[in-house]
Amino acid sequence: MDRKIRVLVAKPGLDGHDRGAKVIARALMEEGFEVIYTGLRQTPEDIVETAIQEDVDCIAMSILSGAHNYLFPRVMELIKENELEVLVIAGGVIPEEDIPFLKSIGISEVFTPGTPTKVTVDYIKQNVKR
Amino acid sequence: MYKDIAGIEVAKRKWEEKKLRPTIEKAQERKKEFRTTSDITVNTVYTPKDVENTTFNELGFPGEYPFTRGIQPNMYRGKFWTMRQYAGYSTAEESNKRYKYLLNQGTTGLSVAFDLPTQVGLDSDSGLSLGEVGKVGVAIDSLYDMEVLFDGIPLDKISTSMTINAPSIVLLAMYLAVAKKQGVPFENLRGTIQNDILKEYAARGTYIFPVKPSLRLITDIFEYCSKNVPKWNTISISGYHIREAGATAVQELAFTFANAIEYVRAAINKGLDVDDFAPQLSFFFNAHNNLFEEVAKFRAARRVWAKIMKEWFGAKKEKSMMLRFHTQTAGCTLTAQQIDNNIVRVTLQTLAAVLGGTQSLHTNSRDEALALPTEESVRIALRTQQIVAYESGVCDTVDPLGGSFYIESLTNEIERKVFEYINKIEEMGGAAKAIEVGYIQKEISDSAYKYQREIEDGEKIVVGVNKFQIQEHAKKDILKVSREAEENQKTLLKKIKKDRDNEKVKESLEKLRNAASTDENLMPYVLDAVLNYATLGEICGVLRDVFGEYRQTIVI
Repeated sequence: MDRKIRVLVAKPGLDGHDRGAKVIARALMEEGFEVIYTGLRQTPEDIVETAIQEDVDCIAMSILSGAHNYLFPRVMELIKENELEVLVIAGGVIPEEDIPFLKSIGISEVFTPGTPTKVTVDYIKQNVKR
Repeated sequence: MYKDIAGIEVAKRKWEEKKLRPTIEKAQERKKEFRTTSDITVNTVYTPKDVENTTFNELGFPGEYPFTRGIQPNMYRGKFWTMRQYAGYSTAEESNKRYKYLLNQGTTGLSVAFDLPTQVGLDSDSGLSLGEVGKVGVAIDSLYDMEVLFDGIPLDKISTSMTINAPSIVLLAMYLAVAKKQGVPFENLRGTIQNDILKEYAARGTYIFPVKPSLRLITDIFEYCSKNVPKWNTISISGYHIREAGATAVQELAFTFANAIEYVRAAINKGLDVDDFAPQLSFFFNAHNNLFEEVAKFRAARRVWAKIMKEWFGAKKEKSMMLRFHTQTAGCTLTAQQIDNNIVRVTLQTLAAVLGGTQSLHTNSRDEALALPTEESVRIALRTQQIVAYESGVCDTVDPLGGSFYIESLTNEIERKVFEYINKIEEMGGAAKAIEVGYIQKEISDSAYKYQREIEDGEKIVVGVNKFQIQEHAKKDILKVSREAEENQKTLLKKIKKDRDNEKVKESLEKLRNAASTDENLMPYVLDAVLNYATLGEICGVLRDVFGEYRQTIVI
């Protein structure tokens, strides 16, 4: 039998708005994914360490505080350092004009408010690297 | 009021048979069942039968127990609610400019938004603050920043609300210190600190210390302010964020009051008299989309709180039973699509808050699903309140919807369901326990998921999101906090640390450390440290050493 797709849902930074992260986590679980959610205030180091330990296929990060341009690059750096083969996506309150930069550092897709969970689920299914 | 209930029932049955049924048979209704967000069934029409058990005493007159109709006898005929726009970003200097702008535009109270490092008790130079400084609010590291924040704003002329929780004691001390420097006596200060830690654990996330020491800090503030800062609201027990996290209207009230009960108990256990601190308790609710359910929610809230204070805690002063609350329109209803539509949503939510009898109101700006609001967007949001106040006529009588069969019936039903939840939480050992085992978080998260499913299944329509969509270009003029703000703030902090009397800082922090492990009220120690320019991070650091840190119960 195929191994289930494993997704780390992560909240980097200090913001406590986890409604979106939890809704995504649940939608993924209902679709049969294995979901790891580590709670609030994860540092980039925490996130990458969990990703390694849990051997995940995808990291889905959510930020609503506006700190994405600082924290996402650090996560991507650590992923490269550790040579992880992992799909990275992001969501939250992220202005359209920041998205090209986030894609240039290796984040595959950025989902902004109003995105149906199904779009995210399908995206992961189609793009996960394995 | 209606003597002939039986007669009305007979007539209603006839009407259902002769008029209603044929109509529905001819053309199906939009939905099989109509329900509010709190899963209360909504009938086709309401009659006196639906409120036959409601005595007039359950409503009372405005300004009288149980305050269902409002807390003042004449409400907005006297003066309007306080129009208070939550604002703050970047540095204290930038935010000070925004406050002066808002005051010039007719806002009548300030509401300070702090950045996340400040909210979790970290200085701007902490490694964990990276990228967060000045982002969602203003960065405050030391008294110096607070002096700049209120520069040229006389603290005896305005009221100030501060959204600060875990480190409330420090920020309040800083505010008191600024007052001292402005020569304003503490007893003339008006304002609010949020200071509601339980909902941080359950819904908002900016906690620092474990439950017990957190409750101690809160009750220290109650005690200190009841003696020294009598016009200050020592807590704003908040349903707002519980609702934003996905709760229904009923859950918003129930979990807020469960938290409130916990605070009242903690204060009574500390030896305070309920009537000494209860008049300084205030509340904060959300104004969401379902207009009538929201109005009924606010009315039910006043009645529930009055009953709890009188019947459960034996309060005697009327002021202890009066539910005073701030309202903010629902951020989670704002869409990133066709953002000008949000102005209309905010207008309806404003109406709900006003018809519900709020004491103060923040209206969200149309662009907040994208970023912090621009100055123009903030002005439109404020104008929305002013139009409802000055032009709509809804403020000319008290509780205009009171007596509506539907509103009264909804108010009763919400009250009943709220008490059901409160009693259940009581059986679990109170709100702190219910949060520890993840019960409240799970209830909220279930509702959030249900809401999302309803949108995705098309059962709930969000205009511009899952119906009436258009092709749009990305909006260009959104507010961005410059990267320099973080660097400037760090440079400033370095300078403060160099220029202050570091011996005095050390000494006052040591005194605080010693007091923290006793039962002494910590407020005077924190005030002393603040006046010596000890930083927020240093003070919270000392308290972290003594108290430890909270560990989150993770619930999906």
